[in-house]
Amino acid sequence: MSAPAQPHGIGTCTRCGLCQQACPTYRDWRLEADSPRGRVEIVERIAAGERPDAAMAEHLYACLGCRACETACPSGVPFGDLLEFGRREVERTGTLAPERGGWRTFRSFVFERVLPSRALFGAMMMPAKTLRHMPTLARLLRSLPMSSGARRALAMASIETPMGNGRLPAHSKAIGERRARVALFTGCVMDALFGGVNEALVRVLRSSGCDVVAPSGQWCCGALNVHAGEQRRALAMARRNIEAFERADAEAIVVDSAGCGAHMKSYGRLLEGEPAFADRAAAFAGKTVDATEYLDRIGVTMNRPPSARRVTYQDACHLAHGQKIRQAPRALLRAMPGVEFVELRDADRCCGAAGVYSLTHPAMSQRVLDEKLAKIAEAGVDTVTVTNPGCHLQLAPALAQRGVRVRHVVELVDEAIHHSSRGTAF
Amino acid sequence: MDVRFAAALEAIVGRRHALTTPQEIRAYAYDGGVDRSLPLAVVLPGSTEEVAAVVRACCERDMRFVPRGAGTGLSGGAIAAGDAIVISTARLCRILEIDAPNRIALVEPGVVNADVSAAAHPHGLRYVPDPSSMAACTIGGNIAENSGGLHCLAYGVTSAHVLGIRIVTPDGDIEWLGGKTVDTPGYDLAGVFIGSEGTLGIATQAVLALSPIPETVQTLLGIFDSTDAATAAVSAIIGRGIVPGALEMMDALATSAVEADVGAGLPTDAAALLLIDIEGLRDGLEGTVDAVASICRERGAREVRIAQDGPQRDLLWKGRKSAFGAMGRISPDYYVQDGVIPRSQLPAMLRDVAAAGTKHGLRIANVFHAGDGNLHPLILFDKQKEGEFDRALAAGADILQACVARGGSISGEHGIGLEKRDCMPLQFTPEDLSFMDRLKSAFNPDDRCNPGKIFPTGRRCGESARTAKSGTLDERTAALAGEPF
Repeated sequence: MSAPAQPHGIGTCTRCGLCQQACPTYRDWRLEADSPRGRVEIVERIAAGERPDAAMAEHLYACLGCRACETACPSGVPFGDLLEFGRREVERTGTLAPERGGWRTFRSFVFERVLPSRALFGAMMMPAKTLRHMPTLARLLRSLPMSSGARRALAMASIETPMGNGRLPAHSKAIGERRARVALFTGCVMDALFGGVNEALVRVLRSSGCDVVAPSGQWCCGALNVHAGEQRRALAMARRNIEAFERADAEAIVVDSAGCGAHMKSYGRLLEGEPAFADRAAAFAGKTVDATEYLDRIGVTMNRPPSARRVTYQDACHLAHGQKIRQAPRALLRAMPGVEFVELRDADRCCGAAGVYSLTHPAMSQRVLDEKLAKIAEAGVDTVTVTNPGCHLQLAPALAQRGVRVRHVVELVDEAIHHSSRGTAF
Repeated sequence: MDVRFAAALEAIVGRRHALTTPQEIRAYAYDGGVDRSLPLAVVLPGSTEEVAAVVRACCERDMRFVPRGAGTGLSGGAIAAGDAIVISTARLCRILEIDAPNRIALVEPGVVNADVSAAAHPHGLRYVPDPSSMAACTIGGNIAENSGGLHCLAYGVTSAHVLGIRIVTPDGDIEWLGGKTVDTPGYDLAGVFIGSEGTLGIATQAVLALSPIPETVQTLLGIFDSTDAATAAVSAIIGRGIVPGALEMMDALATSAVEADVGAGLPTDAAALLLIDIEGLRDGLEGTVDAVASICRERGAREVRIAQDGPQRDLLWKGRKSAFGAMGRISPDYYVQDGVIPRSQLPAMLRDVAAAGTKHGLRIANVFHAGDGNLHPLILFDKQKEGEFDRALAAGADILQACVARGGSISGEHGIGLEKRDCMPLQFTPEDLSFMDRLKSAFNPDDRCNPGKIFPTGRRCGESARTAKSGTLDERTAALAGEPF
């Protein structure tokens, strides 16, 4: 078999091992092949032309993709890129273990059919939306026998999320003096289940002097596709978003989902091989900012106590490790009147959501979550803030039972500016 | 791999923790150093008793075994040389007790170094030895290598902080060496075991001495335009009777890599940086800090910065601790040496290092524990380029030769392992080595435990088993991988 094109960052790992303790699977299993450097070793073999077998595939898919190892790595190994490459080669040429038989079907359905299509995704989300209005049905479903992955999906589907009022205008004018024109990336899961966060972000941006456009034609960023080794649709999704946002002519592309933001910031690399798109992708990536990053940069005036008192922050992996943003969300929370900010121990460790990981590897995901829940209990807070829908869906079902709320940082910023004005019209 | 033996191992540790397929054991072919070698199998026991059972199973079948901790070592100590299985202590990772009144901790060998201090911190205590890899390396490996660390200048290396060790002997017996008190009567067997590089048995528990966290710490950064001036300042500080908690030096090449990693605002145009911790009681500390700063200036420092707060201090030290791995930013591969010389020889020795680089056409970055004269020249190479690995080994051998010629030693703290075994004759006579061998034989008469380490094989220093063959490192590794299991 011929060696595939060499991925960016191959050969930068020196095997020093400083990544090991940053890795959730290594800390739990203590197996070298399930440590970051062990996985790099596997990816390097694949890059050298070795055909990935079931065991290699298993180690690559057992990774949460949290990229905490990138923070620990002194050598600057772009682990996320290497992992995406490895999984892509697994999907292209490799074999999977028999017990992963369902994965390929799930994968082709979710990543090649559902996520690329706004209509199909919307249809798939309908049961989730319905379940929220029918708690008795949700309880009934929960009593049925099912796999732990399905049980988890059900738990996520039936929790309360800020769906919003479903009215996100294409153009909103700045309130007061206009300082900037920004474009909002509305996403797929954010759009379907967290419309209220997108709406809050628009209100906050307007109050902070931004004209906000929500370009039509945009859709899912494709992050989950590349994480699952799917490239063809992911490239198409990136191109579509680039085109949609070029028409918006904004100085910044603001995104309130850390996982999406991290991937959108890498569009430049994703499309560097396509002459028609390389420069445009780099320009898109250069304009992309996380919502907390942008709000912290332009400065927001928060005068009102939000509906949370004692608050902690769970770092989204793809914000802290993927985008190296840690201080911005904390600075916003600290500046809120009436809020006592408490640091969460090991806040930058993954919560176990990790995209579709909580569905494909429910047992490991649950152990990672349990560790997180214990530390949240230690912090003694009424609210855990997040910057990513995956974390929200992972934490909320478990925390709801303990009377702890999960909120997006931007929701609290909105309240601190507009005083719980979640129903306010635009 | 014999099927019945594999079954015996599985019966002891469970199927999940007995690795016998090539895909699983390949991840154990490396440590943090430059050597690569595949074990026949890997077992991860979950208790002292399981370790002993695995060792006894090895004895019954005359199988050799290699203890391994986190695999962050730099001399090939934790990889199998020839036919052997690896016994990993990774699952023995519990802190069993923090006994604050008696200032001791009872831990298993797979506990991460930094976690001991973290657990002791609420009691105002810390575990002093702090190798740069402290966030990943484990206590078992620290004991095997008698690891040093940034703060060992003032407080001594691992052997000064380990009171007792529970071991599984190479015959599979369970013994305690030393105990919970500072001194035990009879021979100091724990002292013998510490630094034996896994050749005398496998540690399964350790009693560690904890020390009070100093009341105050001040960190200084001395910035120099010449390495000679920086080394002169080192000698002058020690000569003045000041014992800093840590006294580290980095040259310009090392600084450029480190700064790319941590962004601590280090001046990348300086020839050398000194990083100095002054710690102790608050009273009188200012005077010492002032004295150190003025010595640096007298010796030609263009600037002396004092870290303003904890985070700034942590950032400076994080940079120093990540220096080895950060070489990946400026070179695909590196080979770190670990020579020791008398402090007064530092300026001349640095010229020897530079000469070795010039001679072999390789860049060499310098990071070292200047306070105790322990050099870490980082020889940069690219294993993909024909002959570069061999030249790196040769440059390393030249440096070690120079260390010995200047009255020093070929290893400070990384161990001899596979990597430097053939350099031992530079420093020891055949009689010396034979005496050491007699000690090893008292514990490990059949050379079953970590065979092939420390003692020379008869090749020249700088000429490893594989370099005798031609081809790149990868080809050699591939050849090894093709050997039957």
